[in-house]
Amino acid sequence: MNLLLLSLLVLPFVGALAVAPLRNSAVAARRVALLFALAELALAVVTWFSYSVATAATQRFQLEFDVTWIPSFGTRFSLGVDGIALVLIALTAVIVPVVMGFSWEEKLPEGRSVAGFFALLLGTQSLLVGVFAATDVFLFYVFFEAMLVPMYFMIGRFGGPKRQYAAVKFFLYSLLGGLIMLAAVIGLYVASADRLPAGTFRWADLQAIAGQIPESTQILLFLGFFLAFAIKAPLVPFHTWLPDAAAEAPVGAGVLLVGVLDKVGIFGFLRYCLPLFPAASKTLAPLVLTLAVIGILYGALLAVMQTDMKRFVAYTSIAHFGFIALGVFAFSTQAQSGAALYMVNHGITTGMLFLVVGMLIARGNSRLVTDYGGVAKIAPVLAGTFLLAGLASLALPGTNSFVSEFLVLIGSFPREPVFTTLATIGIIFAALYVLWIYQRTMTGPLRGDGVLGGVAGVGGGAGPGTATAPSIVAERVRTRFKDLSGREIAVLTPLIVLILVLGFYPAPVLDVIDPSVVSTMNEVGLTDPVGGIR
Amino acid sequence: MPEVAAASGVGSLAWLLVALPALGGLVLLVGGRRTDRWGHLLGCATIIGAFVVGVMLFAQAFGLPADARVSELSVYNWIPVQALQVDFGLRLDPLSLTFVLLITGVGGLIHIYSIGYMRDDPGRRRFFGQLNLFVAAMLTLVLADNFVVLYLGWEGVGLASYLLIGWYSGRPSAATAAKKAFLMNRVGDVGLALAIFLIWSELGTVQFTEVFARIGQVSAPVLVAITVLLLLGACGKSGQFPLQSWLPDAMEGPTPVSALIHAATMVTAGVYLIARCAPIYNLTETGRLVVAGIGAITLLIGAIVGCAYDDIKKVLAYSTVSQIGYMFLAVGLGPFGYALGIFHLLTHGFFKATLFLGAGSVMHAMHDEVDMRRFGGLRKAMPITFVTFTAGYLAIIGFPFLSGYFSKDAIIVAAFEQSGWQGVTFGGIALLGVGLTAFYMTRLMIMTFFGEPRWQQLRTPDGNEYHPHESPAVMTIPMIVLALGSVGAGYLLVTNDALFGWLEPSVGELEVSAAGLVAHSTVSILTVLVAALGVLLAYLLVARRPVPVERPQQVSFPVRAARADLFANSINEALVARPGTWLARALVYLDNKGVDGLVNGIAALLGGASGRLRRVQTGFVRSYALTMLGGSILVVAALLAVRFI
Repeated sequence: MNLLLLSLLVLPFVGALAVAPLRNSAVAARRVALLFALAELALAVVTWFSYSVATAATQRFQLEFDVTWIPSFGTRFSLGVDGIALVLIALTAVIVPVVMGFSWEEKLPEGRSVAGFFALLLGTQSLLVGVFAATDVFLFYVFFEAMLVPMYFMIGRFGGPKRQYAAVKFFLYSLLGGLIMLAAVIGLYVASADRLPAGTFRWADLQAIAGQIPESTQILLFLGFFLAFAIKAPLVPFHTWLPDAAAEAPVGAGVLLVGVLDKVGIFGFLRYCLPLFPAASKTLAPLVLTLAVIGILYGALLAVMQTDMKRFVAYTSIAHFGFIALGVFAFSTQAQSGAALYMVNHGITTGMLFLVVGMLIARGNSRLVTDYGGVAKIAPVLAGTFLLAGLASLALPGTNSFVSEFLVLIGSFPREPVFTTLATIGIIFAALYVLWIYQRTMTGPLRGDGVLGGVAGVGGGAGPGTATAPSIVAERVRTRFKDLSGREIAVLTPLIVLILVLGFYPAPVLDVIDPSVVSTMNEVGLTDPVGGIR
Repeated sequence: MPEVAAASGVGSLAWLLVALPALGGLVLLVGGRRTDRWGHLLGCATIIGAFVVGVMLFAQAFGLPADARVSELSVYNWIPVQALQVDFGLRLDPLSLTFVLLITGVGGLIHIYSIGYMRDDPGRRRFFGQLNLFVAAMLTLVLADNFVVLYLGWEGVGLASYLLIGWYSGRPSAATAAKKAFLMNRVGDVGLALAIFLIWSELGTVQFTEVFARIGQVSAPVLVAITVLLLLGACGKSGQFPLQSWLPDAMEGPTPVSALIHAATMVTAGVYLIARCAPIYNLTETGRLVVAGIGAITLLIGAIVGCAYDDIKKVLAYSTVSQIGYMFLAVGLGPFGYALGIFHLLTHGFFKATLFLGAGSVMHAMHDEVDMRRFGGLRKAMPITFVTFTAGYLAIIGFPFLSGYFSKDAIIVAAFEQSGWQGVTFGGIALLGVGLTAFYMTRLMIMTFFGEPRWQQLRTPDGNEYHPHESPAVMTIPMIVLALGSVGAGYLLVTNDALFGWLEPSVGELEVSAAGLVAHSTVSILTVLVAALGVLLAYLLVARRPVPVERPQQVSFPVRAARADLFANSINEALVARPGTWLARALVYLDNKGVDGLVNGIAALLGGASGRLRRVQTGFVRSYALTMLGGSILVVAALLAVRFI
């Protein structure tokens, strides 16, 4: 019985309870919340080093915690991690304090307290740990659904002008997926009851009988899980809630949503769809691959055309999720390791992109691309970090995303050359959407209301006759539109370091992922098309 | 293939080649303004340090017998997943070491030149940081011992090129040119990436040594596919047809960048890639023919358009396109062509860098003016620039016994020696190119350095008089060194087959003696005559009447076509950009009205959802969410009850 995972689960929850009452003291709320988030990070580091890569080859889960929960229908409160779950828990532990650092001085809607927001962040973190660590399918389902609640409140109470529409849309979509999944969870239980002495929700037992379930049943159950995960991920055409949610959510919540919460969908593919329904996974792979490749090209083209920068980030993510889904369903250790690593990398790079966009929006009070121009001239550090996040987003070699995207593509090619070729064309669009938005917002002369608004002599009502010398305008704008502050640089620094370190030295993460991917491939019953599995 | 040994001795220090400039770049880019005072010195020092390491490696390899000159150094395990084990590995062999010397040597000189050229730029420190980054990436590209590390360098130089083309990012044209360069390169990169995937899929490795040892197992159609995909990558990077149109636009960057990246080194990476993959191209005549064909087409396009521009840097840029066309033609000609391509690449590195630095010196003296119609008679004001530029000029038009004479003649002779229609076609095109090169370069010389000093009657954009002056020594000394190279490099490299013997372990044996190729009397004389004709024509058309300061608009169709880059941009616009925009707009419409509209429509139909939305908007968000959660729990309970009761 190992208490590490339980502590990881409980600590942020306790933090949420401790922070929530501090509504009258924003300072105290921030400090207490950050303290808990940093403690959680320290605990995650301990967990990372407690996990043994050597034993992972023979043991599916480690650091297990298991107690009876609801004996009447055989569900247990059991936690455990494999390498993939571990890296995602670590990612969450890194992202949450970063988000808090970003939201430190954020303006919240009228009447909303910092304490509430930070408590919801910690609450979400706790549930995310539960989702990744649950080794009982029912327990997973509970966390999966419960996770919606704090996120719903973060969007609906702390978000932008259309927050309620976005929050309800997010909630209904997820709830719909969740209910269908629930039916499948129950179906799985029934199927297990037919083949075991008693019905069970225990993942390992269900996986052991996976081969005995007839393919037609597998396909139905697979679809039940798949739909929930495809909405969560999201894959095209189940994606339309994400741009709304990401755009209306406060930036911090958006980072958590796009960076970590969405990973639950892909995590679900790898942990539930593939090992529990191996035959269905193989049969339905072409369907998923089609959606994945459409997502890559469709998401990227829509990202090119977005005028709202937060929606832009959401559409780039849809393209990235296409790559990840491609990697999962192309069935090779390279592609699946790439997909798992991509989840971590996407959390870091898109998280950073979202944060920098948030910093830009905080200065210009507008989400529209057209309200900005020439920012590099007055805020070079902001522009530089924006470019770095963008380059990581387009998977430039040397950044972390390259390793994962490359692994996905090279690993998918031998089995799926057509899908992979189409996906590879997506890297041109990725360059287009990143560089074009950079060009429009950061280069050229100073322009746009977000940059010039409120500066006397330009914009506003200034007619052609009142033109001011460009240098004077720049000076005035500079005093209003400041470059990144020390706190903002400190918030971005860990992400920048991770982008570069994981770009050149991904082995520590790949080593942790590898045995779990091998297990998954064995559970599906396939070997690598090139070189086999050692 | 010679045996590959693990690098030893100085070889184990090869990682410093990449690490030194990378460290310099990192310090300068992260260090910020604190490093402003000495940033340019650190930038130069790291490149000179890398050059010293390069010379030591070269000396070590040179002292070994030919078949012991190839070694590999695995720095660390970069991407390990099961059968795919990508090392950060460096390959030291005659081909990579040749490039190391070119990159760090010419790169070092251009770094020094930039101290003077960028003196007044407030961002000079950042400039050196990005230039260092470029050198690190370029060295990674040529030193890689596998395709993935090569790809790292390949896109790395693309990034540096993007950053430096967009250096004057306040100018919208610079920002657009930078984006265009990166995008067109990415089109090529897709080709390179797919080639790597195909190689992995067929052979289960990405390591050069292993790929080249096993490439014979691959079936002929796949082999052709691999060579064509690699060529697509090479075309993107090297500005070859049909991906040539980014390179002239790249002249928006500062001139030292044009000299180093867009003339001497990065744009020749495509030639390097094909020479490196010689064992693959050796097996497929079709693949080689495509390479040669692309080279021939591009050398003509570049030379024709080069005749029409008035912008001194754009003429030189199209000249680069054209000269790289010669290199592609060479490496496509067959097993002996690789060394000829590399030979021309090296001499071109010298004379084109000389020409660009000279052009930069002229611009430095003329308030960044690039329009040759506003120059004239500058030889008196800038004697050193004039002399070094003339050396580069004579070298590029193939004046006997200067470097271009040796390297280009060898390619033309080799082209004529092809059998059947290919010999006549490729040889004829290459010869025609010589005449065009002589024409546009002579035109450039006359308009810039000879004739009336037209600038005396003109004013700078901010209303001052032009005061052309010679550049400071920190700029002229690198120009002089490179000019000496333009004059002598060809002779030195060709004597005793020095270069070809040296390259043999990398690209295979040259069946004919290079000296034999050049001494081929008929073609040699013919080439010199054609070049002379080009010079004469330019003299008659340009020098014997005054050059109008304004560009004449009433011109014939061929001139209009050439001025419009032979419509390359219009074709791209019509075939790619406009349909792409339409498609994207249609998708946006579909996403809003179709996918999301369907979702919202269903929600409205169900009625409940819209009702909920209304009530939510009255402010009961929290209570409603809780109700929904409660509802879902009820559903769960009900479903469970159905099963268990």
